[in-house]
Amino acid sequence: MFDPVMAFYADLPLVVQILTKIMIIVMPLMLGVAYLTFAERKIIGYMQVRIGPNRVGPRGWLQPIADAVKLMFKEIILPSSANRFLFVVAPVLSIMPALAAWAVIPFGDGMILSNLDAGLLYVLALTSVGVYGVIIAGWASNSKYAFLGALRSAAQIVAYEIAMGFALVGVLMAAGSLNLEKIVQAQEGGFLHWYWLPLFPLFLIYFISGVAETNRAPFDVAEGESEIVAGFHVEYSGMTFAVFFLAEYANMILIAALTSIMFMGGWYSPFPGIPVIGEPSVFWLLAKISFFLLLFLWFRATFPRYRYDQIMRLGWKVFIPLTIVWLVVEGVFVYVKLGPWFA
Amino acid sequence: MAFTDLVFYVFAGIAVFAGIRVISSNNPVHSALYLVLAFFTTAAIWLLLEAEFLAITLVLVYVGAVMVLFLFVVMMLDINLVPLREGFIRYLPVGIAVAGIIVIEMVMVLTARYGDTPAPVPKPADYSNTEELGGVLYTVYVYPFELAAVILLVAIIAAITLTLRRREGTKHQDPAKQVMVKRADRVRLVKMPAEPKK
Repeated sequence: MFDPVMAFYADLPLVVQILTKIMIIVMPLMLGVAYLTFAERKIIGYMQVRIGPNRVGPRGWLQPIADAVKLMFKEIILPSSANRFLFVVAPVLSIMPALAAWAVIPFGDGMILSNLDAGLLYVLALTSVGVYGVIIAGWASNSKYAFLGALRSAAQIVAYEIAMGFALVGVLMAAGSLNLEKIVQAQEGGFLHWYWLPLFPLFLIYFISGVAETNRAPFDVAEGESEIVAGFHVEYSGMTFAVFFLAEYANMILIAALTSIMFMGGWYSPFPGIPVIGEPSVFWLLAKISFFLLLFLWFRATFPRYRYDQIMRLGWKVFIPLTIVWLVVEGVFVYVKLGPWFA
Repeated sequence: MAFTDLVFYVFAGIAVFAGIRVISSNNPVHSALYLVLAFFTTAAIWLLLEAEFLAITLVLVYVGAVMVLFLFVVMMLDINLVPLREGFIRYLPVGIAVAGIIVIEMVMVLTARYGDTPAPVPKPADYSNTEELGGVLYTVYVYPFELAAVILLVAIIAAITLTLRRREGTKHQDPAKQVMVKRADRVRLVKMPAEPKK
């Protein structure tokens, strides 16, 4: 059925082919971001026994479109003593790494834009670059609230990045490769073959650090409405604000995707052997990503915001020692070739 | 000229420009950001050399962590720029002399040792730079590697002990105690009869 299309595609120049692939990844991602905001408002609404948005379109389904149109037509206000260039560049710096990291995410066997050998390192490097958008936004706004938000965010991201990196070292030790596709292939099999089980503490630490890295509740002190208004993006309006918003949600989806790939078996089905639902497919990966996104929203509806010193204590004094201890334990696992994971 | 040559000259040009702006920029925050740009373009040049592990690690460590902390400090400093500018012309000859000596030394060292090394042969597509480096680091060079790690650890501990100040009379929280607290420690429920109506 797709043969004429594939033949036409194979004749295109390489640049056009790559651009097509990028479009195929980015367009659904942007749509996903838009409807993630809608899902967030609906789900948190139901958790708090409210209805949530239900006015625009049937059952509120056009709400994200209406929000996007509103933000596009709003005026972008430049504060008079802001650093103009950096003020405008900051949102771009924030969304660029969030999108670029998707280049190495495998969606299925061979369904990957760039099968990079050091994929895991690349993802780590790009997620750490994302903090520049926040810092530069805070500094260029020339506002005390924005600046405090930027400093908080910088300290928090640097602290949790270390725990996150160590958790990924655990995955690297188990899979023996930095290539994300090979990491998934090493987890082939059912629910119990995935890395979440032997690396359980690292799995928890990675996901919690991911929540902290994306500045989501309960670690959202960088925004902290109750004390610093809206944190680093307090001076931003219209589309510049929307780009920060897009970056935050794109990062959430990225963290959910990485957690599914590295600890939850990527595109493999939890029930291998059963026809149809036992087949590995991209839909399993999407289902896993959706589950972790639901957790993000659930946390936000459930937990009160952490105090700042508690965040720092959790990052430095609990997570980092715990990951180091588990790496030693995992070394023993590898040495004795434990179970189906390290055989 | 091959396409990779063009890429190299573009990135090298950006790197040199960024390097010059680091020292010539008026604003210390701009200088720090130009340094970030210089790191990035250097990483791109290393990628051209097929050293992807070093390139990505440069971005991860220097751009992602070191420069963030650097910016953190520079942004909080309230630097008066005028006195900083005053000494520029006066110290310029000394600076140029030092820079010139460094350049001559580098040229001498590099040409003497690597002057007639032939251009490296491009590696096949499945060659993993990361795996090779890891293998060499943990087998042939394991003692120097561990030694460097210990020296860094000592440096970290020294930096912390040098800046740690214990002040008298500060109040600390003990998270373990906070977690262990029971209801009975904080609340006492008292049963008392209602006041009779008068």
